[in-house]
Amino acid sequence: MRIIVQAWRQYDRNSEGNFESYPVDNVSEDMSFFEMLDMLNNQLLKDGKDPISFDHDCREGICGTCGIMINGRAHGPLKGVTTCQLHMRSFKDGDTLVIEPWRARAFPVIRDLVVDRSGFDRVMEAGGYVSVSTGGVPDANVIPILKDDADSAFDAAACIGCGACVAACKNSSAMLFVGAKVSQYALLPQGQVERKSRVKNMVGQMDVEGFGNCTNTSACEVECPKEISVENIARLNREFVKASF
Amino acid sequence: MTWLLQFFQSSIGKKILMAVTGLLLAFFLIAHLAGNLMLFGGPEMFNNYVLSLTNLKPLVRIAEALLTLIFLGHVFSGIRVTLENKKAKPQSYQVAPRSATSNFYSRTMAVSGSIVFIFLVFHLQTFWWSFQKMHGNDADFYEVVVHSPIGFNNPLVAVFYILALILLALHLRHGFQSAFQTFGLADSRYKGIVEKTAVLFWLIIPLGFISIPLYFGFIK
Repeated sequence: MRIIVQAWRQYDRNSEGNFESYPVDNVSEDMSFFEMLDMLNNQLLKDGKDPISFDHDCREGICGTCGIMINGRAHGPLKGVTTCQLHMRSFKDGDTLVIEPWRARAFPVIRDLVVDRSGFDRVMEAGGYVSVSTGGVPDANVIPILKDDADSAFDAAACIGCGACVAACKNSSAMLFVGAKVSQYALLPQGQVERKSRVKNMVGQMDVEGFGNCTNTSACEVECPKEISVENIARLNREFVKASF
Repeated sequence: MTWLLQFFQSSIGKKILMAVTGLLLAFFLIAHLAGNLMLFGGPEMFNNYVLSLTNLKPLVRIAEALLTLIFLGHVFSGIRVTLENKKAKPQSYQVAPRSATSNFYSRTMAVSGSIVFIFLVFHLQTFWWSFQKMHGNDADFYEVVVHSPIGFNNPLVAVFYILALILLALHLRHGFQSAFQTFGLADSRYKGIVEKTAVLFWLIIPLGFISIPLYFGFIK
């Protein structure tokens, strides 16, 4: 099939970007979205043009490196998948795909579709860890943890830090990311020692990075490839209030 | 005190301020509606109600001052949050997902809030201000509300009220449950009760308010 790719092209952080349109022929519906982009990039290289830069690594939906806004949807139109797990069978012959980088002040564009997500790293550095020694891997059930808590912590820990929540949010808020990271520790015994300082420091860093304020539209939850629930945002709010008062 | 200031400077603190002030304003609507419904009881009932409030002037003034403070807190922190959020997303997308990822009433809080604010200025400038100038036991408040150029027999006034109240309903549709999410009380344990109570605030109370301009403007 034939796909028209309308891609955001931006040479570097300081240059102004613009959209360029490229037709891609002979796209198979079995191709992944990235294989289609690889094919387009080969074509661009043959024509002596710059290939489109985009982030990708594992291409199996677990690393959180990829992330493209496709026709206004973070990671494309499917629910619960990353961009690399999107296949061309989700589109049809003649479709135009407008592909854009994540848009947020806290995620400046580095080149084309690649954005600088080091803001997330700095939020993690502010408290997303356990610094007390928790020993080696314990035998199962040595530390009793409620099943519900273990499940909720695990669901939160599924966050791969891709930034789709920030991209989908009209306010570029990072609350779902920070909520997931705070939750995975707050729910488990190993996270208790630094529970209060963690949430205050991570929220503090989140604000410094210039992410917006959450207005509870829940667009993040819809677009999250790991389907992290906004209940984690509620928990983050609760943890922050408890730690502050 | 600095820790409290710091708290309200944080993104979550600002949201808590929006939520607390918003909820207090929503609760005020109950008292306001209870008074309004006395219009259906006829001129005597309504006039006596307004007069009884006039006799409690000092208390009413304190309540008005508190409401004004809460309202200004809600408006100013709303403006601040909205401006900050615009700044956090300097460039919007070429293709917007719109209703695919969120409800329109949750995205348009600043718009619905602003129009409700304009309505409120008009509402205070007409009814509230006229009531302030009326004294004595023969003052006919009912007449002002129902049969005057600024009253509901004027279809323009009635339509404006109904439209503003629909926007208020949309504002509360998102705002009420959003406040509980902000308090961290919207998880599975409380979700059911919050959503059920929300119906009272975004549907039943606005319908109660709308019934008045609708009845006195178009049915009676």
